[in-house]
Amino acid sequence: MAHKSDLIAEDIEGYLRAHETKSLLRFITCGSVDDGKSTLIGRLLYESKLVFEDHLAALEADSKKVGTQGDQLDFALLVDGLAAEREQGITIDVAYRFFSTEYRKFIVADTPGHEQYTRNMATGASTADLAVLMIDARKGVLTQTRRHSYIVNLLGVRHLVLAVNKMDLVDYSKDRFDEIVEDYLAFADQIGISRDRIVSIPMSALAGDNITERSATMDWYFGATLMAHLESVEIDRDDETLPFRMPVQWVNRPNLDFRGFSGLVGSGTIRVGDDIRALPSGKTSTVKRIVLPGRPGEESDLKEAVAHQSVTLTLSDEIDISRGDVICAASEPAEVADQFRATLLWMDGDDMLPGRTYLMKTGAKTVQATVAAPRHVIDVNSLEKLAAKTMTLNAIGSCNLALDQAIAFDPYGDNRYMGSFILIDRMTNRTVAMGFLKFALRRASNIHRQALDVNEAARAEQKGQRPVVLWFTGLSGSGKSTIANALEKRLFAMGRHTMILDGDNVRHGLNRDLGFTEADRVENIRRVAEVSGLMVEAGLITLVSFISPFRSERDMARERIGDGQFFEIYVNTPLAVAEDRDVKGLYKKARAGEIKNFTGIDSPYEPPENPEIVIDTVDQSPEEAAEQIIAILKDQGVLPE
Amino acid sequence: MPLTHLQRLEAESIHIMREVVAEVERPVMLYSIGKDSAVMLHIAQKAFFPGPLPFPLLHVDTTWKFREMISFRDNLAKELGVDLIVHINEDGVKQNVNPFSHGSAVHTDIMKTQALKQALDHHGFDAAFGGARRDEEKSRAKERIFSFRTAQHRWDPKNQRPEPWALYNARMHEGESIRVFPLSNWTELDIWQYIYLENIPIVPLYYAAKRPVVERGGTLIMVDDERMPLHEGEVPVEKMVRFRTLGCYPLTGAIESGADSLIAIIQEMLLTTQSERQGRVIDHDQSASMEKKKQEGYF
Ligand SMILES: Nc1nc2c(ncn2[C@@H]2O[C@H](COP(=O)(O)OP(=O)(O)O)[C@@H](O)[C@H]2O)c(=O)[nH]1
Repeated sequence: MAHKSDLIAEDIEGYLRAHETKSLLRFITCGSVDDGKSTLIGRLLYESKLVFEDHLAALEADSKKVGTQGDQLDFALLVDGLAAEREQGITIDVAYRFFSTEYRKFIVADTPGHEQYTRNMATGASTADLAVLMIDARKGVLTQTRRHSYIVNLLGVRHLVLAVNKMDLVDYSKDRFDEIVEDYLAFADQIGISRDRIVSIPMSALAGDNITERSATMDWYFGATLMAHLESVEIDRDDETLPFRMPVQWVNRPNLDFRGFSGLVGSGTIRVGDDIRALPSGKTSTVKRIVLPGRPGEESDLKEAVAHQSVTLTLSDEIDISRGDVICAASEPAEVADQFRATLLWMDGDDMLPGRTYLMKTGAKTVQATVAAPRHVIDVNSLEKLAAKTMTLNAIGSCNLALDQAIAFDPYGDNRYMGSFILIDRMTNRTVAMGFLKFALRRASNIHRQALDVNEAARAEQKGQRPVVLWFTGLSGSGKSTIANALEKRLFAMGRHTMILDGDNVRHGLNRDLGFTEADRVENIRRVAEVSGLMVEAGLITLVSFISPFRSERDMARERIGDGQFFEIYVNTPLAVAEDRDVKGLYKKARAGEIKNFTGIDSPYEPPENPEIVIDTVDQSPEEAAEQIIAILKDQGVLPE
Repeated sequence: MPLTHLQRLEAESIHIMREVVAEVERPVMLYSIGKDSAVMLHIAQKAFFPGPLPFPLLHVDTTWKFREMISFRDNLAKELGVDLIVHINEDGVKQNVNPFSHGSAVHTDIMKTQALKQALDHHGFDAAFGGARRDEEKSRAKERIFSFRTAQHRWDPKNQRPEPWALYNARMHEGESIRVFPLSNWTELDIWQYIYLENIPIVPLYYAAKRPVVERGGTLIMVDDERMPLHEGEVPVEKMVRFRTLGCYPLTGAIESGADSLIAIIQEMLLTTQSERQGRVIDHDQSASMEKKKQEGYF
């Protein structure tokens, strides 16, 4: 039993000393509805005396009201979450519970098991040292058991417990237990979970067999109870024996005499005097101090720090290191690369858009990552690879990523801390995916950009102009092309070197393989952004006339071109006016349902938030609009006065 | 020798605080003067050592806090040289909002919830550290460490950002903000044990002493000043009492106890069987009440 009341009463200081040295184990419980997951967690909390009397009173009342156990306590009610979910009778999301025994403190990630909660389970598993896989002894290994195993293995959870529950309902049968274990191990072999990572325990969460007390009825089982196993399974070692890695979170510079690099040691061990290498720069130095204050204001340096400690390092040399860089063991540095093969788990309600640029956060670094279409996705039930054009909520798939800069990394399989990342949508700011780096597609050290003597500046100078992109966006029929044509005529007359890229024309040639789905629209704009980027490098004033309905794609173009050279021109014609004009008769067709995904009708248009120029076409002629743009370009120094 | 659970918890809290400071514009630490705030402040000093705290502390003063809390707060701020902002809802003061004539719900809403929003808006803070723990109460168990709030300070429990590994997403739009809970994974025992090990000063009200109390509805309320209206025939009596949580004195129940040292408090806590929030009068309504309050902007 957990808290020894006698010891507490007689020798509280002795008790506290014993509890100071407790270690920490994080685990996750995976099971389908009604396998007994909540009952098990509730019992663990109850048995470790973490249920207070007032909670217990509430539990007794609740058990009578909504419980499933008649007059007995329904432990499952102890762990049910938010009010709305209680009414539905299911637990949702990830909830964290805590209990401790004499040897360890435990953090339990409690997540539901349905396929639609794959992302929640993955989140819970991401920090877990161990996973408890719940199986109903009557049902044996089911599809969901396989799915759960695949996910915890993908996340790199080292230790698995096969918890064969409800043994009381199969007469505590050894044969039944053996059969289930046999079945499971065969499957585990198949997906590459080695047998030494798995411990199987027969139990009854309801009756309390083999949870904290050995089962009196199952005398054929000689292994540990669940609690004994949780208390003794070896953890930590793995992270400490990996090469040293510490992403720098924050450069601590309170005065000129102190310059420290703060971060959480992700893996390995570091000692004063060790040689380090900072990545991606590759600069080397040695560790001068490991600062970890004891009491506030008092210095009490460490000689050594290990994985999971938050420290501040000072170095012997003044080398330039900033947030997001990774300090590594000099002899075993991480790799540096800017293109990767990765596994993604999609977590957002909006589908992935191949070609879109997302923010990628890994360690303490945030970069931009352009995500290619998935090579395949995995059917988490059959574990088959399927072809797919995109990824939807809870999909797991393999993708290539291209970053805007090189980062330090280790493959996830070698180092969880260095190979994990999240993707963030730049518009909604939501966390849309979690990812696992597999390997680099090319190493940064191989990237040699041809240093050209004839460069953009030289070409622009020859033409005597400042190359820019004038990006016209607006509804179909808003007047983009007409205004762009009028403007080009004026520029040409002024002796400027220009080029127009027009949506309709480009779609007939370069982009004729693309349709009008969201994904194709993104690719359409990506190509146009690339081409206009090349035009700018050629020194041209480039007029782009595309509906380009999505903000994030226009932002992508802006980033490709560079802020000072990109002018977003919003041709702000109300839908009613554009539809009324209907020069090409397209709105009519769209209304009749003959054209699908038509912007403004059944596909959204996201107006620019901060366009450089806004054009009103209701009260202005195209020529007047062109003059307005020229005036602004003069004002901005793009055109001479 | 593996790291102990307290070392792991401390390291995690430090990591969280540094991440916030690196990623947001204007962080602030909510300092409620209680034991959890004491631990949070202590860890923050370690996180940025040898530099000063890179953010101010904010105390939302309902004007009904125990006097000893206020003097403790002011001494500590002076001693540590930290930047302390005290905010009071002056509208509430003008209308003389108090727990007696308005009831605990209205008082808490106006003097605490509304006051907090005023202070955050007024100073333009985009991230606020709070000392809440997941073990305190069911709705907290699933709240994220970086907990996102709309421009109206609302929490949407159905729409929380997933938080895998220790990769926190602190990005937000203009006007939005986050509440950050660096002590999410600590339990009450962890807090006390850490205070003991690190010798962290706490408000003397946690220790048992003779204090004037009256009994109301089964709860012992301390008569901390003359503003407390006494009922017919009610006479304050001196009792050895202490407090397990600290808040507004008329809303905080005392327990009879002889625990006058830290070690005795821990011992008592381990041997008692009442959960911590029992002492808080505001939690006595239905168990979903906290979730509702949080959706409306209560911390
Ligand atoms: N007979 C028996 N019933 C169990 C056992 N464990 C759980 N149950 C029952 O199975 C049902 C579902 O349990 P619950 O813990 O809510 O499952 P969850 O959906 O996985 O959290 C409840 O009626 C439990 O009382 C067990 O070991 N034996």
